[in-house]
Amino acid sequence: MLIYTLKRLLYVLPVAFGVSVVCFLLVHITPGDPLTAVMPIDASAEQQAAMRAAYGFDKPLPVQYVIWLGKVMIGDLGTSIASGRSVLTEVSRAVSNTLILSAVATAIGFFFGCLFGFVAGYYRGSAVDRIASALSVLGVSVPHYWLGMVLVIVFSVQLNWLPATGAGPGGSADWTWNWEHIRHLILPAITMSVIPMGVIARTIRALVAEILSQEFVQALAAKGMTDRGIFRHVVKNTAPTALAVMGLQLGYLLGGSILIETVFSWPGTGFLLNAAIFQRDLPLLQGTILVLAMFFVLLNLLVDVLQTALDPRIQRA
Amino acid sequence: MAVGALDGKIAIAPIQVSEGYWRGVVRRISRDPVAMIALVIIVALVLMAIFAPYLAPADPVRGSMLRRLRPVGTPGYPLGADELGRDMLSRLIFGARLSLFMGVTPVLAAFVIGSGLGICAGYIGGKLNTMIMRTIDIFYAFPSVLLAVALSGALGAGLTNALVSLTIVFIPPITRVAESVTTQVRNRDYVEAARASGAGGFTIVRVHVLGNVLSPIFVYATSLISVSMILASGLSFLGLGVRPPEPEWGLMLNTLRTAIYVNPLVAALPGVMIFITSISFNLFSDGLRTAMDVRQ
Repeated sequence: MLIYTLKRLLYVLPVAFGVSVVCFLLVHITPGDPLTAVMPIDASAEQQAAMRAAYGFDKPLPVQYVIWLGKVMIGDLGTSIASGRSVLTEVSRAVSNTLILSAVATAIGFFFGCLFGFVAGYYRGSAVDRIASALSVLGVSVPHYWLGMVLVIVFSVQLNWLPATGAGPGGSADWTWNWEHIRHLILPAITMSVIPMGVIARTIRALVAEILSQEFVQALAAKGMTDRGIFRHVVKNTAPTALAVMGLQLGYLLGGSILIETVFSWPGTGFLLNAAIFQRDLPLLQGTILVLAMFFVLLNLLVDVLQTALDPRIQRA
Repeated sequence: MAVGALDGKIAIAPIQVSEGYWRGVVRRISRDPVAMIALVIIVALVLMAIFAPYLAPADPVRGSMLRRLRPVGTPGYPLGADELGRDMLSRLIFGARLSLFMGVTPVLAAFVIGSGLGICAGYIGGKLNTMIMRTIDIFYAFPSVLLAVALSGALGAGLTNALVSLTIVFIPPITRVAESVTTQVRNRDYVEAARASGAGGFTIVRVHVLGNVLSPIFVYATSLISVSMILASGLSFLGLGVRPPEPEWGLMLNTLRTAIYVNPLVAALPGVMIFITSISFNLFSDGLRTAMDVRQ
């Protein structure tokens, strides 16, 4: 177990290195250089050169990369061109908002996904199974940004029950756990929970059906165990996979929140990315993507290690 | 036979024509009602895209400020008018062109490139495999939406850039599937036998490997079309795909966002089209997987 964890940690290093290279190059595949967009039109050639030198854009790419990586290592993600604030400050504030939204959405998705998955797996082929399976197909096929719009139309515009945009009253961007803020969380969280719900339900349904067809279940029934007791065994057997899928889904939501955050003007990383793209704020774009990708890499690592620890059937060394 | 030969008559056993693989697939899938309904919808959407100029009652681009946001059912505007007074029905019909094109092209391109990379990695193995697969791992470290947005954000908005970014998003998963099935096939006895009988590497790949790996890769690729449709329209929704005034469902959804207070039904229509397309591709792909008996 310890050896596996160490090995898995070592394997993360090259991936993390590759991710940093991709994030670095992202800014350099843009037409022109990162400063073109913000340079005053009447800037003289010398002024332009001075600005390039100030940002270090006059050096060769590998040198720029090493300098950039060195700064990233000590937590310096650069300065946002548009706001003049440090990228790290902006990103960490946004990440916490996105994390709240994705964690709540994953929890909702996990609950209903398990519910539908177990019901469908247990009563395979029945009407309940068909409904639960249909719901999970709908969940994975729906364009969630559109679902968000529909929920806003129904619950904000028509019924006027819940706020349509923002994370708190008066466009507050700092999260606190009170009713005013939670009201703002409900619609985006439900919208976002649809994808993990569908994925988890599909996974659990297949798993439950597979477990129920195994001999040990028959053996348990034969020795007189109650359905409830057997159910406990089934749950225990699905748990490692279900938790792994949930972890990965949380990662996908964290990285993929941009569409939903745009619909609901949620002040998270997606919103930040959107702003960075349209203001051509490349340091901010680069920093946000790097942080999100690293989150995803670490989450993957955590899921793998936890799954190995939880499931004694997985023998890894 | 031996007996027949003795009395001068040779009985010939009736020739058992075994059913071809594809014929079997077609037979099985045609008995799957859900997949067939999905297929009919997909074909209808494709026909709608091809014959858009003949089907659409009005010009999808020309609008009239006087007729902004007409509700569904207005005479002359069966599905209402959008925020610039353009006929919604015509725009939805023409929108099928760009939306389907943007959804399907990246998966096709990624299918060709990803299969190529994966089969090379799986068949040749060794250092090449390590090189290709470790590079793929790096792209796998990005959630797909993030990668698509990051690439098209960095490249800049536009149809071509959106297609390029989506293709890059779908290459890694297809390569992984291609590599894993190729590695399995490579170790089969018939490949060994072909090699022993002197077949060259190219012949083995063409005859023995491709025939056995392409269908699982293809089934996997079809399951990605639904995701691709949602992502492609999502990029346009963010303003990173097609530019106005082109009719594209995601972009229409974006420009109609402000209209949800005035005319919610019209504003939600483009999303319905994306939803129908995506779910049809999903259900058809599920049916295809069962019919082709691909286990993943």
